[in-house]
Order: sequence, then structure tokens, then C-alpha cells
Amino acid sequence: MNALPWTIYLSFAGSALALVAGARSAANARWVALLTALAGGVVSLFAAREFTPGPGLQTIVNLPWIRELGIRYHLAADGISLTMVVLTGLAATAGILFSWNIKDRAGEFFALYLALIGGVYGVFLSADAFVLFVFYEIAIVPKYFLIAIWGSKNREYAAMKLVLYSFAGSAVMLGGLLWAYGAAGGRSFALNDLAAAAVNFSRGDQIGMFALVFFGFAVLAGMFPFHTWAPTGHAAAPTAASMLLAGVVMKLGAYGCLRVAMPLFPVGLAFWQPAIAWLAIAGILYAGLVALVQDDFKFVIGYSSVSHMGFVLLGLAAANSQSVAGAVLQMYSHGIIAGLLFAVVGRMVYERTHTRRLVDLRAMPLHRLLPFAALTFVIAGLASMGMPGFSGFPAELTILIGTWKTSPLWALFAASGILVAAAFTLRAIQVSFFGTTDKSVPASAVDHRPFEPITWAEKAGTVLLVAATVYIGLKPDALLNWITPALNSPLFQAALKGGTP
Amino acid sequence: MNLSVQYLWLIPALPLLAAGIGALTPRSGKAIAAGATIGAMGLAFVLSCGALVTALKDPAAHLVANFTWFELGHSAVRLGWLLDPLTALMCVMVTFVGLLIFIFSTGYMHEDANFTRFFCFLSLFAAAMLGILIANSLLLLFISWELVGLASYLLIGFWFHKPAAAAAAKKAFITTRIGDLGFLLGMLWLSDATGSLLFYDAGKGVLETSALTALVTQTTVGGLAVSTAIGLLLFCGAAGKSGQFPLHVWLPDAMEGPTPVSALIHAATMVAAGVFLIARVYPLMSADQAIATAPLHALSVVAAIGAITALLGAVIAVAQNDIKRILAFSTVSQLGYMMLALGVGSWVAAIFHLLTHAFFKALLFLAAGSVIHAAHHEQDIRQLGGLKGPLKVTFATFAIGMMALAGVPFVFSGFWSKEAILHAAHGWNVSHLPFYAGLVAVVLTAFYMTRLVAEAFFGQARSPASEHAHESPAVMTVPLVLLAICAVLLGFLGTPYWPWLQHTLDPKFHSEPGGGGLMVTSIVLVALGIGSGWAVYGRRLRAKASAPDPIEAKVPDLFAALAARLGFDELYAATVGRLNTFLADAADVFDRYIWDGAVRLLAGLGQFTGNVTRETDENLVNGGFDATSEQLKSTAKTYSRAQTGDTHGYLMLVALGFVLLVLAVMLGGTR
Amino acid sequence: MSLSPLQLCLLFSSALFCVGLIGALSRSNTILVLLGIELMLNAANINFIAFWRFGPAPAAGTGVVFVLFSIAVAAAEAAVGLALVIAVYRHQKNIRLQEANRLKG
Repeated sequence: MNALPWTIYLSFAGSALALVAGARSAANARWVALLTALAGGVVSLFAAREFTPGPGLQTIVNLPWIRELGIRYHLAADGISLTMVVLTGLAATAGILFSWNIKDRAGEFFALYLALIGGVYGVFLSADAFVLFVFYEIAIVPKYFLIAIWGSKNREYAAMKLVLYSFAGSAVMLGGLLWAYGAAGGRSFALNDLAAAAVNFSRGDQIGMFALVFFGFAVLAGMFPFHTWAPTGHAAAPTAASMLLAGVVMKLGAYGCLRVAMPLFPVGLAFWQPAIAWLAIAGILYAGLVALVQDDFKFVIGYSSVSHMGFVLLGLAAANSQSVAGAVLQMYSHGIIAGLLFAVVGRMVYERTHTRRLVDLRAMPLHRLLPFAALTFVIAGLASMGMPGFSGFPAELTILIGTWKTSPLWALFAASGILVAAAFTLRAIQVSFFGTTDKSVPASAVDHRPFEPITWAEKAGTVLLVAATVYIGLKPDALLNWITPALNSPLFQAALKGGTP
Repeated sequence: MNLSVQYLWLIPALPLLAAGIGALTPRSGKAIAAGATIGAMGLAFVLSCGALVTALKDPAAHLVANFTWFELGHSAVRLGWLLDPLTALMCVMVTFVGLLIFIFSTGYMHEDANFTRFFCFLSLFAAAMLGILIANSLLLLFISWELVGLASYLLIGFWFHKPAAAAAAKKAFITTRIGDLGFLLGMLWLSDATGSLLFYDAGKGVLETSALTALVTQTTVGGLAVSTAIGLLLFCGAAGKSGQFPLHVWLPDAMEGPTPVSALIHAATMVAAGVFLIARVYPLMSADQAIATAPLHALSVVAAIGAITALLGAVIAVAQNDIKRILAFSTVSQLGYMMLALGVGSWVAAIFHLLTHAFFKALLFLAAGSVIHAAHHEQDIRQLGGLKGPLKVTFATFAIGMMALAGVPFVFSGFWSKEAILHAAHGWNVSHLPFYAGLVAVVLTAFYMTRLVAEAFFGQARSPASEHAHESPAVMTVPLVLLAICAVLLGFLGTPYWPWLQHTLDPKFHSEPGGGGLMVTSIVLVALGIGSGWAVYGRRLRAKASAPDPIEAKVPDLFAALAARLGFDELYAATVGRLNTFLADAADVFDRYIWDGAVRLLAGLGQFTGNVTRETDENLVNGGFDATSEQLKSTAKTYSRAQTGDTHGYLMLVALGFVLLVLAVMLGGTR
Repeated sequence: MSLSPLQLCLLFSSALFCVGLIGALSRSNTILVLLGIELMLNAANINFIAFWRFGPAPAAGTGVVFVLFSIAVAAAEAAVGLALVIAVYRHQKNIRLQEANRLKG
């Protein structure tokens, strides 16, 4: 438990070390990065073992930082943050395994990557709104460079779009936070203090603050209609970066909504609840439909991410213990599954075929050339469409159970989103990997285009992620036992009760 | 031998283990994969028999073993196993039919390169199907239900290099998922309304009195009882899985899969899962019968859909030429029968027909598979013909299956189960339309089956494929013979004179008198169907493959419409498919141009402002400064001309200056 | 008319100055121009001495000190001047003053 902050420090230290090691050789940087990420993951798992689930944030570090403004370096964790930290550890490790082939400026790549991870860990562990904001910004900057330097087609545009969206969102969010800070007397940024003060805010103020903070965070969670950064960003980013982007960075937004906006301004939540829910539903269906007609393999996955994040936002909007627990579970689940999907598309397929267009992929007998990738994609696709046995099923199920309690109509629309998800996933599977018949392509063509075989790093990463999703799919208790007690804290209860219409 | 309910999970776990072994076996390990699958299924069959023994000790009891899957806030999501005669009988049927079909498959598929994968998928399917049967929780049932759908998808698309197979797999998956959407919503509603999804849980389960009373007394939109609404939503799922109108379109296409798959999944077991589901939640479905004033009873809808499907499937089957398609539409029709039976209140008759149908339809499909195997994958009955000579065993068993399906009286099982359904439909006091639909379907079924047999087995061989047909190996014919025996004998478990099955399934069952007249009617109708079928197809046998069908010659328009399956596929493609494509395209365009356009517009606006400020900066602010420096420079240039570089000149000037200075001093000295 | 010693000295120095000036102006050889300038400087030195010797306070050694400075400056100037001449010579292979005009503005 007390070791958790080391995830942050280790990542930053590893980042510096990777930069130094990268000057010698790419392999050194790679190993430094892998060991750092693994260390982070191991630390989080050890911390999880000592963790006693309970309501409220359990403080780990609390030091004064800027006394004049009452800002404290306050790190704390509860079951929700722990879930996200474990997810980050898994996704980061897998991401490094899937970027094993980076040769160009490897040191810098892994340094930026680990810096991003460090920032993400920081956000998940912050209990002070200002510290959270700082880590949040730290996480945004490396994203820009990762995409703009190592990205593919259209990368400058995508990187710029992503960063502008992120910064616009965080500016709005900061505005809301400062408003609340000022209204609370300007003495403290601690989430608990802000929440205590927020009880006395007028209804109008709460509604305004909630809107600024929630929508500011929701931009990064890919909420419709602020989602367009996500597909372009995912598509242009290098594999590891899209894995992180979909795997953990989008979660930052949703986490912010849950950790900051909802408990602080329950009255605001009650006011905005229907709007958020309908936007989330629109996102689920709309992004699903868009994914159905994409020609670019990565765009299909990018839009599916938006669709799945719609479920998270819907779970938050439904605002009861079940739906919110489901939303957190879905954050975990989507982090793993989206990572796996991007790994297949970006690393296993694109790095070998050098095309992402479904039309081109269709012409290759990929299931024979890359059987491992085909198998992985089928597994990931099934997980993504919510097949029982994978983590997506209990997650979406709990969200729907919870949402039904708040509004059956929302559940109805959201459930049809699962249908759309099945449609676009099956289309992607069939067109990409099983598009060509065995007979129409002569055997010589298969031999003449030998792709580099799947490496051990890719296999290791795949096994890690598949195990992570199957384990939670069979035993959702492992995470829900952390998440549900956390939701019993007075802060969350105020929001969840205030949230029921 | 007994199997207690705590260990019921072993039944699906064994095939699941076999699926795991199959998945890890390399392609060359055909014997390992097939051995594991068949061994696991055999063991599961033995265990199922043990479970049946346990269940028969007290047919009225519902033995359960429940456990918590995960905690969710104040409630917990619980799963469990359930053992009662329904479960046990279904398990025995599925494992036995499955076992025979697996053995048949080793012969049918032995040349396929992906043999191990095939058996892995089959085991996965068997595990999921058995999971449906033993579930004591709607959620566990749903989970297995989805896995069954997945296995069906994988198996229909097993030969994915055939575009038709890939498309059929997708169609089957999506169509059944549309129904599953209703299932899911019904489940959510049920969970919300009762706080549990367990069927039986010591008085707290959803199928027990207290929950049912609560569900019936609440009403929802349109004055429907909540139980009716939930029942109808669950029926959506059942209709999707069991190929009921209007979601029946996927089932005929699913015949693109290997024939053993069609036999197991799309005839005997999976498609019957919908019927099983309704039978399982029958207390819920029939709960609203207590309110006579209810605007709509859930079971009435089931009966109506069942009747429509029974008729529709039989009518379309008349004009199909593919041997498997005919059987597929007959399956649709027979599933309609079962739904009809459920709807008119006799779930035991539905299950009776389900069991007998599973055997004789599996038999028909496997025999058809044997024909296809023998005739080098020729499935068009116009191309076959004259097969009764070379394929003696296949012909005999197929004929038994055909007579069971057509309902040839007294000896064959189909007669008794169909009789039970017609009897129940006749006694339904709401409407007699389903009964008449059933009677028409009886005639049609006998007719098209006679056509099939006459075309495929009699006359002369009409293509090289059927000329060179030879009997299948024993590994394929032995399962046929075993199934044929069952297809005959099973009927005697449920005759009106000794209704053992009915009493076992439902101890409260009491047979109503007065079935004699009805039996005579139905015998006459079967005779009419077979007779007219033989009159049209049997007396003048088809001479060559291209000759038109006798019915086609008389009423070409009707025949064409039926052959095109009454245009349901086209209708859906034109409405649902088009709408979906339109929405998707619209959303894409919207995203690409409107949302993205807005972003680009914003970016453009920013760039424009940037340009404007740049111009201002360059021309106004910088301009003044630049002009001043320019002026300075030109002035400097002018004056620099004085710098001639001529040192003497400079010196001269110095001297001149000196002289002037001296003169000035001298002249001004008076000052 | 009788001239005081001071006036005689001044006449002499004026003559010397004029000789130097004419020399500096009329010669094209840079060294000779420098020589002319030296003469003019020496004329000034003589004036310093004369005004000191016949001035109101001949006791203090101010004139001599002035001249010493002036000679030191002249020496330095000659050194720099000759160095420049050599540099110019290296550059254009002669030391004609009229041609050393390339640094004009």
C-alpha cells in the first residue's frame, strides 16, 4: 500500500535512465523500459495484496507543497484508484513488449513513454485536485511527441488535434476547479476539503462547476461529440502509444469525472445526469455505426474505443452503486481489450503488411500468413463484443443492471449498442483476416511474401493481456471487491444518492 | 448410479476440457482431438444418465446448488445448477445425440485439414449447450446461450473460404443477437423487479410463487403485467435462437456449415434451446394466465408466432431443391410446432416433440450428410436420384426419419409427439387457428418429405456424382442405425395410453380424454400428404436434372416465390439492412465532415486570425521602424562620400583649418 | 626692432612647422609624410620649451615633462605609423599615399 507512490517515482527514474541508456543502444533502452514498467506493475500488485478494501481514500503521502495556496502533495488510494493503477501497470508492460521493434531514437521514445506512465500513475493516486491537475498535464505532453515523432500517416495533424483537445479540456476543467477553490475560500485544493465546502455552494454554482469539470475531463474520455480526437489520434499514433491512449489515457478522463466532478458537486450531477446519459448513448451507437463503415483498420478500433467508453460514461451517469462499479470495471476491461486490439492491428499486422486499409488486407490470406495474429484478433474481438468469459461481459452487464435501475430506456438503447458492436467486430474479423479464400491465392504468393514471424515479445504481451481479461471475466470479484467498498465512502454516496432522479 | 446436483457442473466441464485439449492439439493430432471429444462426451452421457436417475427419484423436486459469482453493492450476482427431470432428460438427449454425431463426424470430416479445430469447436458447443440445460440462473443460461451462439458462428463459418459460409455465419450471429437483445433486456428487467436471477432458490427464486405474484400484480406500459412484458422479451431471445418468424432467416443459411454441424446444432440441439428456455421459465410465461382481463397473454403471442412459423416453414420447404435447405425449413416448421405447443399451454408436449424431433431430425441430417458424402458434395435433389440402390443403409434410415417427421402413425415417434401437440392445440380455448395451422402443416410436411425421398432416392441417377455414389463407412452408418432405432422407439414413452414422459416432466399432468377422433383426422391428413406427394413426384419420376418441377410447371409464380423463400431476405436487406447502412454512412459522413469540419473550421479560424495579426505586425508595426532605419542608411551613404580616402586631401583640410584658425585668432585678437 | 628670445624661438618653431607641413603635404611617399609630421611635432615641442623657459614660472619642470610625454607619444606614433607603412607595402607593393585609399567609406 505504502509502496504505491513508487510506481510514479520509478517511472520517472526509468524515463531518465532510458534516455541515457538509449544513447548507447536501443536494446538497452528497451530493457530499461521493460524492467521499469514491470517494476511498476509488480509494485502495484504487491500494494494490492496488502490493500484492505474500505470506504474512502487511504492516505499514503501528505506533505505541504505550496503553503501560500494551501496545496499539499497528497497521494492516497482506494479500490478504484488501485484498479486503475493495476491496469496501468499491465497496459504499460504490454505496450513496451509491443514496441520492442522501435529502433529509431529508442531512448527518447521509451523516456517519453515512461514519463507518460508516471503522469498517469500520479493522476490515479492524487488526492489533491491541484496535484492531480499537474500530473494530468504531465501525461498530456509526452503524448504529443510520441505521436508527432513516431506516428504514421497524418501524424502532425493528429498529434496537434489531440493535444489541442486535451488542453482545451483541461483548461475548462481547471477553470471549474479554480472556481470551486475560490468559492471555498481559497484555503485548500484537497478533494475532501473541496467537497466539504461544496455543500454550501448555491445550486447554480454547483451546476456550473460540475459542467466545467465534468465536461473538461470527459473530453479526454472521448465523450460524444468531443470524440473526434480519439480515432485520428489512435490511428496516427505508434502502436504502443495507441495502446496507452486507449488503454489508460482515455481512462484518465473518466477517472477524473468519477473522482473529482461527481463527488464534489452532487447537485450538479443530478442536474446534468440526463444530458450525460444521452450523450453517452449517442456515443455508443454513433461510434459503433461509424466503425461499421470504416476502411482503415485502425479507425475501426478507434471508433470502437469511443463506443466502449460510452458505456463507461453511461455507467457514471446512471449514478448508482452497480452502474458506477460496472463503469470502473469497464474502464479496466476496455483498457486491456483495446490494448490487445491495437497491438494486433498496429504491431502484428501493420508493421508487417504496411497497410491498414481493409481493402488491401482483404486481398492477403492473413489467417495463413499470421495465424497467431488472427487467433489473437478473434479472441480480442470476442472480448470486445462482450462475450461471456471475458472481462467485457461482467462489466457491460453490471453497467446495464445499474442503468436499468435508473432508467430502463437508457438501458434499452445502450443494449442495442452491443448489437452494433457485434456487427462491426465481426465485419472487421472477417474482412481483415479471413477475407481471402485459400484457393484464390496461389500458394506461391504466400511463400513470396514471408512476413517476419511473430516475436517472443509480442507473444508475451498477448498472453499477458488475454490472461488479464479472461481472469477478470471469470472472476470479476477480484476487482469488484476493491471497487464496491470504495463506493461506500460518504463522498461517493452523496453523489450516488443525489444522482438518482 | 447417482449424480448429485453439486457435481452437475461436471457434465459441461468435460466437453469444455476436451475443447481445451482440442485447441492445444496440433493439426496432425486428429486421433487425440477426436478421442478427447468423444471420450468426454461419452463420460458426460454416463453422468447425464446418473443425473436422470437422481432426478427421477422425485420428479416434482427442483434440486439446486447455488453460489455467488460476484458481489455488487448490496446485491450479489448468483449462479447455480438445477437438476430436475427436464434438465436430466435434455442432458441425456444432447449427450447421446451429440456422441453419435461426433462419431459420425470422424468419418465425415476425416479428410479436412482443420479436423482438430472442428472437434475443438464441437466440444465448445457441447459444453455451452449443456451449460444452458443445467443453469439455475437466467444469467448463467444467458452466458451459455451466448457461447452457444459463438460456437454456432464458428461452426457455420468453419469453411470460411466459402463466401456464402462466412456471410451465413455472420447473419446467424447477428440475427440471433437481435433476439438476444430482448433476452438481455428481459433479464435486466427481471433482475431489477425481483432482485434475483435464480430460477429456484428456496422460495426466493424468480420461478417461485412469491416472485411471480409480485410480477403479475405490477403493471407496466399498456396495462401489461410485468411478467407478460418480461416473458415477451425473453421470447424474443427464444425466437431468435429457435428460428421463429420473423427471425427465421438465418437458419436455412446456416446449412453452409458442415453437415454434422447442421445435424447437431441447427436441427437437434441449439435451435431447440429457445423452446427449452420457454419451457424452463414456463411458470413466468404462464403467470399472467391468472388474470383473465389482461390485454395480452404472453403465451398467446408464443402460440401465434409458433403457428405462423410452423406453416411458413412447411410452405417454403415445398419449393426448395437443396436437400439440406428442405430439412432446414422443416426444422423451422417443427420448431414452430414446439412453440405452438408451448403457447397453447402444453409445455410437456413441446418437450416431447423436442426430444423426438432431435433424434429423427439428427438422423435425417446425418443421412443427408451420408448422401452428400457419397455423392461427392452434391446437394441438389434434382441432380441426385436413384440412390436407394447403392446406399441401402442410408436409404432405410432416411426413410425411417422421413416417416417419423411426416408422422406416419403408430410406429414412429414423430406421430405421437405431433399428436400430443395437436391434441393440446385442439383443447386451447382462446382460438382454434393454431390448430388449423398445425393441421395444414401436417399435410405439407408429409408432402415435401415424400417429394424429397422420391426425388433423391428413386428413379435413375441424374448426374455423374450420383451414378458413382457408394455407401459410407461403418463409422457413419452405425450412428444412423442407432438414431433410427431411437427415432422409432422414443415415441412410446409418451403415448396417450402410457404418458410416462408427461408424468415425469410434470407430475401434475393429466391427459384429457377424447383424442380418438383427432387421431383419425391426423392419420387421414398424413395419408393425404404422402399420397399427393407420391402422386406428383413418385408416379412419374424425374428423368433428367433440368426438367421442371411438376408444381413449377403448373403455377410457376407461386413456386418461384416459395423458392425465393417468400422474399424475407430481400425484404430485410431492403429495409433493415438499408437502414443500417444508411445510418452508418450518415454517421460516418457526419463525423468526417461535420464534426471534423467544425474542428477544422475552428483551426482554420485560428489560422486566419494568425495571418491577420501577422500582416498587421509586418506592415504597420514593423513598417515604421523599417522606414526610419532605411532613411538613416541612405543619409549615411550620402555623407560617406566625403570620405575620399585621399590622405593628402585630409591633411590639406587640416592645414586649411589651421590657417583659418590662425586667421581667426589674429583678426579677432582685438577683442 | 629687437626681438625678444621668446619671439625668436617662436619664429623658428613656426618655420620648422611650415617646413614640416609643406613636406607632409607635398610628398607622396608615406615615410616622408611621416617625417614631415615629426617635424611639425618637434615645432610644437620647441614651443613648449620656449613658453616654459620664458614664461612666468620657469622653476617647475612642467615644460620638460610635457615635451617628454610628447616625444614618447611621437615615438609610439612613429612605430605604429611605420608598422602601418610596412603593412601597406606588403599589401600593394608600394607605399604611395594616394593609392592607400581603399578604406574610404
